[in-house]
Amino acid sequence: MKKRVEMVVESVNEIALDTVEMTLSNAYVAKNAQSGQFLHLQVEGHSLRRPISIADIDRENGLITMLFKKIGNGTKRLAMYRPGMIIDALGPSGNGFSYDPSMKTALLIGGGIGIPPLYNLGKELRNKGINVIAVLGFQSKEHVFYEAKFNELGETYVVTNDGSYGHKGFVTNVLSQVAKFDYYFSCGPIPMLQAVTKELHDHQGFISLEERMGCGVGACFACVIPTDSEGEYRKICKDGPVFAAKEVIL
Amino acid sequence: MTNLSIDLPGLKLKNPIMPASGCFGFGREYSEFYDLSKLGAVIMKAATGDVRYGNKTPRVAETSAGMLNAIGLQNPGVEKIIENEVPFLANYDIPIIANVAGSTLEEYVKVANAFNKTESVNALELNISCPNVKVGGIQFGTDPDMARAVTEKVKEASNLPVYVKLSPNVSNIVGMANAVEQAGADGLSMINTLTGMQIHLPSIKPLLANKTGGLSGQAIKPIAVRMIYEVKQHVSIPIIGMGGVSTAEDVLEFLLAGASAVAVGTANFQNPFVCPEIIEALPGVLEQYGFNSVLDAVGKGQE
Repeated sequence: MKKRVEMVVESVNEIALDTVEMTLSNAYVAKNAQSGQFLHLQVEGHSLRRPISIADIDRENGLITMLFKKIGNGTKRLAMYRPGMIIDALGPSGNGFSYDPSMKTALLIGGGIGIPPLYNLGKELRNKGINVIAVLGFQSKEHVFYEAKFNELGETYVVTNDGSYGHKGFVTNVLSQVAKFDYYFSCGPIPMLQAVTKELHDHQGFISLEERMGCGVGACFACVIPTDSEGEYRKICKDGPVFAAKEVIL
Repeated sequence: MTNLSIDLPGLKLKNPIMPASGCFGFGREYSEFYDLSKLGAVIMKAATGDVRYGNKTPRVAETSAGMLNAIGLQNPGVEKIIENEVPFLANYDIPIIANVAGSTLEEYVKVANAFNKTESVNALELNISCPNVKVGGIQFGTDPDMARAVTEKVKEASNLPVYVKLSPNVSNIVGMANAVEQAGADGLSMINTLTGMQIHLPSIKPLLANKTGGLSGQAIKPIAVRMIYEVKQHVSIPIIGMGGVSTAEDVLEFLLAGASAVAVGTANFQNPFVCPEIIEALPGVLEQYGFNSVLDAVGKGQE
């Protein structure tokens, strides 16, 4: 169950261009968080909270790692937090990844700042003896992060849009090269998710979505996604952010 | 003992604090954080005659000291709300105010009539001020003759007290208040959001899919205080005040301006516990400024 908690900043590192890795301590969140859930963070001086996905959970030491990109004023301000400072958070929020524990191989497909929630999932699957294949897409070489960490989990393909590192193009360009898998799990920009779900329409998959949120708890109806052409919908903050790929219309 | 209770038409409030319509859904999400019986009342999310799916996303944008929203009155329709949501809220020991919206006079009447038949709804908030739907809503809230007409029709359709929610997007707020009072409104609810826009630089387009949205939050508080202060001088019906309230001090400011009760909106998003925290802090703030009760403070800023 999500709670309003105070999280203590433990470390802040810029690990790629404009990409910040922040580790926070809070025993309750670290104990209860699931892969794919998010934290709804109050950033000083901002009237709306910022939803940031959980990239890594260290239950033993009570730590949560999250990654975010410095895009707007809120994330720029968040990047200025220093160890010892406290962040007010609602979490762990939303519904994370669910999966069939009897599967043999999982394919993780992440784009840019959509990659972080797939990392803890990959670690969890690997610990359960499930093979992991990762396809990670970035704009260019200086944006690449977590390549070594994913390499530890399984075969990893890095793709850059401009070809400055790894394969050139989009994540969908290498999908034909990957080995046989049972389920895919994807998070990234909407155009990427549209291309991935189209390319893999014969497979079962799960996708994690991002949207501008108001309350972050399901009360304000800001972050809805349609489930059919009639207008039926799910709330990303409360029903998601993870959905079965065929459950929602991108 | 500071007396927080206040009686308004159809509403016996144990304290003057209630979450504002649209910022609290139908209460379920916030009931996971605290016991809703602590509230003075609850105002439900707007109900329309039939299901509405609202606008495309993005529907919200942060602004300096506030936010813009263009949800577009998404709701499952009045019948489903009566079937699924009202019974949930009826479990709590608080008056329920139903927010009534529509695109036509007939739709407003249909919704009001449906709530009138329920046991658990204590009052109606007539939403003639939603800036985010293309048809209806705002026209009723900016033209005094239309506001008068819809208020009369809804009064005829229902025995429940009617609080008309006024739009600040008018040049003469007192004229609107007078019109709905003459039409039989039992109270006023003010203010709704102010129409605004934000342009997203990377895409060089309005950020909200609806282009315009309603501005709420602390940025609009002085406008709300001013409008309540002006209207209070010209009407004899009570006012439920709202617009950027986030502390017990803000509540006292609204009471002094002339509000008899106060709704909290956007602040719920920042702090889901804001309503019970204000309720807890209010006696101390009233005492600090020399008031023994909520009633003592209402309109005192006018003298």
